[in-house]
Amino acid sequence: MYRTSAIIERDLRKFMRSPTLILVSMFFPLVQLVVLGYAFGGKIKDLRVAVVDQDRGIETVRLREMFNAIANNARTFTTIPYNDEEVALTDLRNGRINAVLEIPPNFSRDVMARVNPEVALIEDNTDTFAASAMEGIMTSLLASFGLSNRASRVSSQPTLRVVELYPYVPYIQYLLAGSIVLAIFVSAMIGGGIIFIDDKARGLHEGYLVTPITKLELILGFTLSGAIKAFLAGMVLTTLGAIIAGIPNPLDPVRYLHLFILNIVTSLALISMMFMLMVRINDPLVPRAIFGVLNTLLFFPSGAVYPVYGFPAWMKAISAVDPFTYAVHAFKVLLLKNAPLSAVSFDLAYLICFSVLMMTLATVLFKRSL
Amino acid sequence: MSAIEVIEIKKCFGDFCAVNGLSFTVQEGEIFGLLGPNGAGKSTLIRMLTTLLPPTSGTARINGFDVIKQANKVRSTIGVIPQAMTSDLDLTAAENMSIFAKLYKVPKEKRSRVIPELLKAVDLWSWADKPVKNFSGGMRRRLEIARGLVHEPRIFFLDEPTTGLDPVSRVSVWEMLAKLKKERDLTILATTHYMDEADKLCDRIAIVDHGDLVALDSPLKLKTSIPGNNILEVSFSAVPEGWAETLRNLPEVQEVKADDRVFRIGSDNGPKTTAELIEKAREAGVEIVSLSVQSTTLDDVFMHYTGRQLRDALQDALGFDPQFMHARR
Repeated sequence: MYRTSAIIERDLRKFMRSPTLILVSMFFPLVQLVVLGYAFGGKIKDLRVAVVDQDRGIETVRLREMFNAIANNARTFTTIPYNDEEVALTDLRNGRINAVLEIPPNFSRDVMARVNPEVALIEDNTDTFAASAMEGIMTSLLASFGLSNRASRVSSQPTLRVVELYPYVPYIQYLLAGSIVLAIFVSAMIGGGIIFIDDKARGLHEGYLVTPITKLELILGFTLSGAIKAFLAGMVLTTLGAIIAGIPNPLDPVRYLHLFILNIVTSLALISMMFMLMVRINDPLVPRAIFGVLNTLLFFPSGAVYPVYGFPAWMKAISAVDPFTYAVHAFKVLLLKNAPLSAVSFDLAYLICFSVLMMTLATVLFKRSL
Repeated sequence: MSAIEVIEIKKCFGDFCAVNGLSFTVQEGEIFGLLGPNGAGKSTLIRMLTTLLPPTSGTARINGFDVIKQANKVRSTIGVIPQAMTSDLDLTAAENMSIFAKLYKVPKEKRSRVIPELLKAVDLWSWADKPVKNFSGGMRRRLEIARGLVHEPRIFFLDEPTTGLDPVSRVSVWEMLAKLKKERDLTILATTHYMDEADKLCDRIAIVDHGDLVALDSPLKLKTSIPGNNILEVSFSAVPEGWAETLRNLPEVQEVKADDRVFRIGSDNGPKTTAELIEKAREAGVEIVSLSVQSTTLDDVFMHYTGRQLRDALQDALGFDPQFMHARR
């Protein structure tokens, strides 16, 4: 361990003297979390809906009151009255409004007579997110409108009451787990990939190879120094990210200890994978070239940004072996559910076995000569 | 016991053999120079001797340890300065030394004694706490020499220690090496393609070309081993038939080599041969374009044994594809 500690000391001294590297590996993923978290996680607001009312009856007034309630509270959309349907459709095509709600002439009468009253929503479906949000709110609004018209006090219609086990999880909190793992990965990629190969190309490893250091001591030194840097990046994001994302009680000591352990295990898994991939590479361009592909291949199938259940079979297969998947799952469980460590024992076991396998392969593949 | 014993060592990369079964010994306390152009096989040889490359066949014993079977024992007893400057630019001189001392498991007490000693020996003590990125090329090389000695090895390998340095730094590095060798009773094996450096500082020199050992002896003996104590290099505007034979018959001439109208004449008495040559040229109506007389140098030795001058060999080597060059090293 004496020689291993020398490799670690060298790497950490270099790291601490490079503020740019610290900034890139520790704080850029934080920026990514905030930008992506709010870009994808915000509720859709202020859509513009043209209302072409051809009925102007009493039920229409009630319906329009409900629209106004939404415009003033949830603010998903605001309504703009149009007299001419053609003008409304032209404005929809030209992007001045997001949808047209057409209330037909006999709407109030049909409501009163309970003969299947209908309104039409003509939407710009090139923007699927806005169209989907609009459809959702209009459907629930019309359901409420229909229920309030039913006179009977005891309904035979089954209704679904949703009970949420945990407080509402905004998207930025959902993304936090993935961002922590990504921060660890970026650090592993820089330390275990780019700097490792650059040092090799500059001949620094030749300096090591002429000393009596063993293969295992050398690989351990590279791995542990890389893991320490990756761990620091992970902990910075765990701490600041949890505060920024609004995780309840973010510095709870027991959970923090669990996250500490998970950060160590994840860092070891990702850095050992990186060394295994880089151990026979000599060209400094290679890690830079594969950075993007590797990031996509590991990050997106992990469930960090979208649930694994929605993936096709081949992507689920990648997800099943991807260490990101287990790390992201474990971080989600600890951060969002504040579950005990035993809840992530399988994830931890997988990551530890993965690290041992990768380090063994890296040591076997490592060439003690030039 | 020899400090270094090289036995029929050979290294091939595919069909190409960079080192063709070399054998020689280096005695304790010697400064031994491996001389040759780029691509001659010097670096490949030094890499095999320092356990960085496994030989294809043959072996070597360093301090009595076999480079193949006892590689770790060899590593513990040698200091190596690779061709590339491998100090960490972000670390200070003392930190670079300390990290390498730890890699050799030098105890703390010994580290705190040896590091200042060595930094003083290479005139870098006042720079001990400065980052290496602020050092000149010569200072970096001196630091690497100190770093290579941090575990107090008895045998020191240097692969082209002065390449890329300006003439002043080159002199300073070699003086440093000579001083360290004397103070620490070192055996030094260094590769170089600078003939003048090898001439002044090496006890013995092995000339290597295309992977073969073409000559091995002390610089003085190598120079006396070729015909003539002086070399006359003379070019003529035009020469008559049989002119080389005429020159060969001049007094004290030992050897004549012609390349078109340029003649290299080995003579035991340069001034006398020069006077006769001028007279003979005047009589024959041959115009002398240029004439120089010099003592025999190692370059002449190199030419005598390889049939080409070292500077030409260097240029030939530089004309190669760089990837091929890398493989050849």
